[in-house]
Amino acid sequence: MVELSRRAVTIGAASAAFAFARNAAAEEVVKIGVLYPLSGNAASAGNYAKMAVELGADIVNKGDPELAKLMPVAKGGGLAGLKGAKVELVVADNQGTPAAGQNQTLRLITQEKVVAMLGCYQSGITQTASAVAEKYGIPFLTPESTAADLTDRGFKWFFRTTPIATNFAKAYSDFLEEQKAAGRKVGSIAIVYENTEYGKSTSTAIADLFVKEGRNVTMKVSYSANSTDVQPQVLQLKEKNPDVVIFVSYTSDAILYTKTMKSLNWKPEIMMADAAGFNDPAYVKSMGPEAEGLISRSAFAPGKPGSIAAICDALYRKKSGGGGLEDGSARALQGFLALVDALNRAGSTDPAKIQAALKATDMKADQMVAGYNGVKFDDKGQNTLGSSLLIQMRNGEYVPVWPKVKATADVVLPYKGWTK
Amino acid sequence: MTTTLLLQVVVSGLLLGAVYALFSSGLSLIWGMMNVVNFAHGEFVMLGMYTAVVVWTALGGGPWASVPIAAILIATLGVLAYFLLVRHIMRGPMLAQILGTFGLALFLRYGALWVFGANFKTLPDDLVGHSFILGGIRFEGSRVLAGVVGLVVTVLLHLLLTRTSIGSRMLAVSEDATAAQLMGIRPQRMQALAWALAGAATGIAGALIATFFYTSPTVGETLAIVAFVTVALGGFGSVMGALVAGLLIGVVESLSAFLIGPVYKDVIVYAAFVLVLWFRPQGLMGTN
Repeated sequence: MVELSRRAVTIGAASAAFAFARNAAAEEVVKIGVLYPLSGNAASAGNYAKMAVELGADIVNKGDPELAKLMPVAKGGGLAGLKGAKVELVVADNQGTPAAGQNQTLRLITQEKVVAMLGCYQSGITQTASAVAEKYGIPFLTPESTAADLTDRGFKWFFRTTPIATNFAKAYSDFLEEQKAAGRKVGSIAIVYENTEYGKSTSTAIADLFVKEGRNVTMKVSYSANSTDVQPQVLQLKEKNPDVVIFVSYTSDAILYTKTMKSLNWKPEIMMADAAGFNDPAYVKSMGPEAEGLISRSAFAPGKPGSIAAICDALYRKKSGGGGLEDGSARALQGFLALVDALNRAGSTDPAKIQAALKATDMKADQMVAGYNGVKFDDKGQNTLGSSLLIQMRNGEYVPVWPKVKATADVVLPYKGWTK
Repeated sequence: MTTTLLLQVVVSGLLLGAVYALFSSGLSLIWGMMNVVNFAHGEFVMLGMYTAVVVWTALGGGPWASVPIAAILIATLGVLAYFLLVRHIMRGPMLAQILGTFGLALFLRYGALWVFGANFKTLPDDLVGHSFILGGIRFEGSRVLAGVVGLVVTVLLHLLLTRTSIGSRMLAVSEDATAAQLMGIRPQRMQALAWALAGAATGIAGALIATFFYTSPTVGETLAIVAFVTVALGGFGSVMGALVAGLLIGVVESLSAFLIGPVYKDVIVYAAFVLVLWFRPQGLMGTN
């Protein structure tokens, strides 16, 4: 029922906004297009990301007294650089398909006249949506799509705050090297991935780096996302019995893999996941007890009390009525704040000025919600200061375990899986 | 590769196939009885799944409670859909029928998104009983239950249609409603009954699938495509055909995914599907 009332409020707010649109000329607004999967199989992750961005807009428009001491944009009253213009989010649903992502972007740009775009969670959709923004010369920032080649397309209007697949591959490789030194078996490695842009490019990045660093990738299993059944894949794994399995999957398949591994009674020495579905709060809630010891990555650690991360975590808890920030929502919020930072400095809604401001972005580590070392884009639009940590499932919750400087608990292996 | 492992793959495929048959029988029935394609079938399954989730979270009840409740609820939904929507659009052109039930599908899907939210829900896997080993092969309790119920429901539906007077009357209506009416059969009552039976079978399917699958508002999309292929392969309106087709698809899917690779399994399943329809356009057990 929380969901119901939240939506009712959204609808109410939307119609109110519509009613006010005519006489809103006096009060300037800056429209930002926000495109996430609100239906389709990634809808739960998309809704958490949307909530995070909405929190970001609240911070800018209404402000937060505690946060204002740490962050210039949190004073409330809109964007100072734009004479107090309020941020208006125009949220759209990419329906989990690249075609819908493309159409919605076109609609947001040509009809809603958004000055910048944010989205889209799935890499395959970010790919098509950002191509439309590029054509129209509108800045497009992705807070979370990690497929490496998104920033290799020579786009001039595309920016990405999240670290990418090659960064994660390096973290996984270093982590496995440490485990090997600690006496764990890491001799054979399987990579199981869904076959859209995200899974293909991420698995390739991991496999390439692993081979370069002398790790033995013995299996690569590609499957179509949203399977009705994953038993054959798990039986393949059971037959080859690799020491390490790395999953690159969205939520629905992540749930099926976890359930099926239990029902067919197979587990590797080390089970790892490239975030995505395995980090979805819906997965953690329902499958946590079945995946004890699972290693995943995250950009978020709650941090010290009083830090930006901790305050935003508390605000998000209040907004979501339950769970705090996690990898997905923290990266979404971080992406939004980086975009707002640029808008504020641009002092204009001219796309070219926003683009120039984004290029000049230099946010410091102490301004971060996500655990990055800052935000600074290279020529391709990739944030060079992104970083991530590895987390482990413990009693149904993820805790940071690697690297040591960011860890709050030690790594416990082998993978335990189901606890009863 | 050991024989046991290969047998495990086949058994997994058969159990999966029995489940496919279970959630396809309702679609097959409607198709056979009324020549109407229910595009909202996947959403009926989805609502059956949510019934199981709600029964468990609110009452703590397993499938013994949720299956009968889901059967009644979805049967009621079927009858409502018939009287409020299908009865009217059947008088219109074919396109109206397609768009009508498709509209119903979207209404139910987004209704579920509104009421239940986008989150994935799962039931604890020991609700039915843990998996057991027989001859070196693992059987998962919840899947075995779903498979067995799938077989029983399909056979019962088949017997009802072929061996009882109610079945004969329903078939008479499906062949020629006017002639049946002249014989003293009320077509609308029979058609409503067909929707009720199909709804009950679909509700049972949903409640059982929920014990080993995830439940989400869009899960119907994932499952419906398999149901359509199963029904077309089995033969339009043949409930037994759906059973044979379901088992066949389950085994072909499992074997091809295991031996060749999961990413190719759909290609192989659909290639086999097209091939069968090439030689038998009426489906495996259909009669023109």
